Amino acid sequence: MPAPLYLSLSAVLFALGTVGVLVRRSALIVFMSVELMLNAVNLTFVTFARLRGGVDGQVLVFFVLVVAAAEVVIGLAIIVNIFRARETVDVDDVDLLRG
Amino acid sequence: MTYAVWIPLLPLLGWVANGVAGGRWGRRGVATVACGTVVAAFAVGLAVLASLSSLPAGARHVEIDLYRWMAAGPITVPMRLLVDPLSAVMVLVVTGVGALIHIYSAGYMADDDAFARYFAYLNLFTASMLTLVLAGNLVVMFIGWEGVGLCSYLLIAFWFTRPAAAAAGVKAFIVTRLGDVGFLLGIFLAFGVFGTADFGVMTRDAAARLPLGGTAATALCLLLFLGACGKSAQLPLYMWLPDAMEGPTPVSALIHAATMVTAGVFMIVRMHAVYLRAPLAMDVVAVTGAVTAIFAAASALVEPDLKRVLAYSTISQLGYMFLAVGVGAWGAGIFHLTSHAFFEALLFLAAGSVMHALGGTTDMRRMGGLARPLPWTAATFGIGALALAGIPPFAGFFSKDQILSAAFHRGDVALWAVGLAAAGLTAVYIVRAFVLTFLTPAGPGPRPDRRGPTTPQREPAAGHAAPHEAPPIMGLPIQALAALTVLGGALGLSFTQPGALDRFLAPVVAAGGPDPAGGGEGTLIAVSVTVALAGVAAGWLIYGTGTLRGSSAAVRAWLSHQFYVEDFFNAVVAAPARGLAWAFDLLDREGVDGAVMSIGRMIGWGGGRLRRVQSGYLRQYAAILLIGVIVLLAYWVSR
Repeated sequence: MPAPLYLSLSAVLFALGTVGVLVRRSALIVFMSVELMLNAVNLTFVTFARLRGGVDGQVLVFFVLVVAAAEVVIGLAIIVNIFRARETVDVDDVDLLRG
Repeated sequence: MTYAVWIPLLPLLGWVANGVAGGRWGRRGVATVACGTVVAAFAVGLAVLASLSSLPAGARHVEIDLYRWMAAGPITVPMRLLVDPLSAVMVLVVTGVGALIHIYSAGYMADDDAFARYFAYLNLFTASMLTLVLAGNLVVMFIGWEGVGLCSYLLIAFWFTRPAAAAAGVKAFIVTRLGDVGFLLGIFLAFGVFGTADFGVMTRDAAARLPLGGTAATALCLLLFLGACGKSAQLPLYMWLPDAMEGPTPVSALIHAATMVTAGVFMIVRMHAVYLRAPLAMDVVAVTGAVTAIFAAASALVEPDLKRVLAYSTISQLGYMFLAVGVGAWGAGIFHLTSHAFFEALLFLAAGSVMHALGGTTDMRRMGGLARPLPWTAATFGIGALALAGIPPFAGFFSKDQILSAAFHRGDVALWAVGLAAAGLTAVYIVRAFVLTFLTPAGPGPRPDRRGPTTPQREPAAGHAAPHEAPPIMGLPIQALAALTVLGGALGLSFTQPGALDRFLAPVVAAGGPDPAGGGEGTLIAVSVTVALAGVAAGWLIYGTGTLRGSSAAVRAWLSHQFYVEDFFNAVVAAPARGLAWAFDLLDREGVDGAVMSIGRMIGWGGGRLRRVQSGYLRQYAAILLIGVIVLLAYWVSR
């Protein structure tokens, strides 16, 4: 498959993730959308790594995966705690820092 | 002679001790510490006098450098004390009279709640005054100068719950401050002219550095004299002293009669070498003194309040001292300072004894016939009154006569005549005070007065059944001062050559006694004694027997308003100052405060707008983030 297709797929995934973050109200879905955006970026890294024949991009993907894993751990913990405290995971209801 | 340091240090230690722990060791302990330190300082002063006398006359100038206080470029100011005959005499006057008044206070203030505070202030005052007289340069003198001013304020307003006392304290502080500005400028000018403010250097170099009658010398002398005017209550800055009588009577005796108010005279004598270079300034000093002498004496004629009569007499006698130094009779000035310290303190303490007996009354219209219940007080007050009036053989006669004849021999016949007239008035008003207080039957009470009740009293021990003599702790100091008043004339007892005090002061200043070659001394004395006796007789005829009657209402109004000097000042100085204060108040509240407040309001309003950005909606933040990224990308791409 030629590189433009990979990149197009990656762009579509990223756009889907962005829209998910912006329109969905459930914290879990928002979270999953963020993961989608990260993985779209990973796909771009790998594509360009193959294209240029280097391994830098592939190494970076591992970093992103590790960071994403850590982020998921913390994020899910926060979501669980919010749910315990407020019986909801709707991001619009959690507005304690409203100015 | 380094131990002279202990003279100001001892009362200072007494201040610290009584100020820190005075509440804890009881009244007896407080009084012992306070009186003990001053008596000890007097003893050190006697030792200094003895070792000074053992030196040859030319070497009686000992400088004690404690440490280098400040150094800036070519100017260094050491913390320097100067021991010479002049400062020795002043130390003995301050500590001697001061010790007697401290002891008297122990009785007078015995019932006051703030006993320790009173004695702490009194000791601090003594320490400051001793610093002033022992100072080796103008800057050190300024420490003492301001220190006594501060203590004067604190002690006038000692009974600060009384509004009149608090106001009088503030008035004294502010009015003397006007003069202190001049004094401070004078110090700067001295640094400019001499490069130093050291008394020894200035005395030595005055002739070389200052051309006779030059602008620098005249300006320097007049600026310093302005400070002296404020401190010594001379025209036009006199008006704080009568009000200062709100303080406890021993304070009036110590600060406002015997010591602090004479600081101006002492300072001029200390700077006499500079003053000799400015004949114009000396004329100003002499004329101011003479005018003040007769002005205050006239004001005292109609004053109904005993203590205020004595305040005017102090102002008047200070006028004589300035007349003396203004005509170059330095020794006579110091002599009158000394004898005045004796008899004026005596008069004040006797007046305090009267107030003690009457439960705090100072209004002479409510007194009378006190000679019978208070024989000792009446006798001692009488001695002081005769000395004040200039009747021989009391101390006041000798010193006042020396001043008058010095003025006469210098050719200032007009000043001599004014001084003589003031002497006559002095005799009249002090006889009036004596008669109204001790002889005539008690009056019906005060008539309505423009000031209302002159001094609403909170003096100690109100409510005595019958007037009675004060306890010995108050009586003995009065009697000691009476003895000094009787014998003090011996210090200057000499008609044809300089007296003992003049001879002692000779290494510092030229003898100021009568000029031996002048001649006619006997006639002058006869004239001044005649005038004094005439004054006494007139006072007796007017107030004692009522033979002489008649006074014009206009004259009475002029006198009881002190020639409207104070009203003039209120209109010309105080009213514009109040207007200016009002304008600045307005400017401050509306202008400065307004600007600051509106800046604050603006920031608050802006914050109120900005807080809407923090909506608390996660998705809105994400959208803003996205928009930002898009904008940045668009920028980079389009570049």
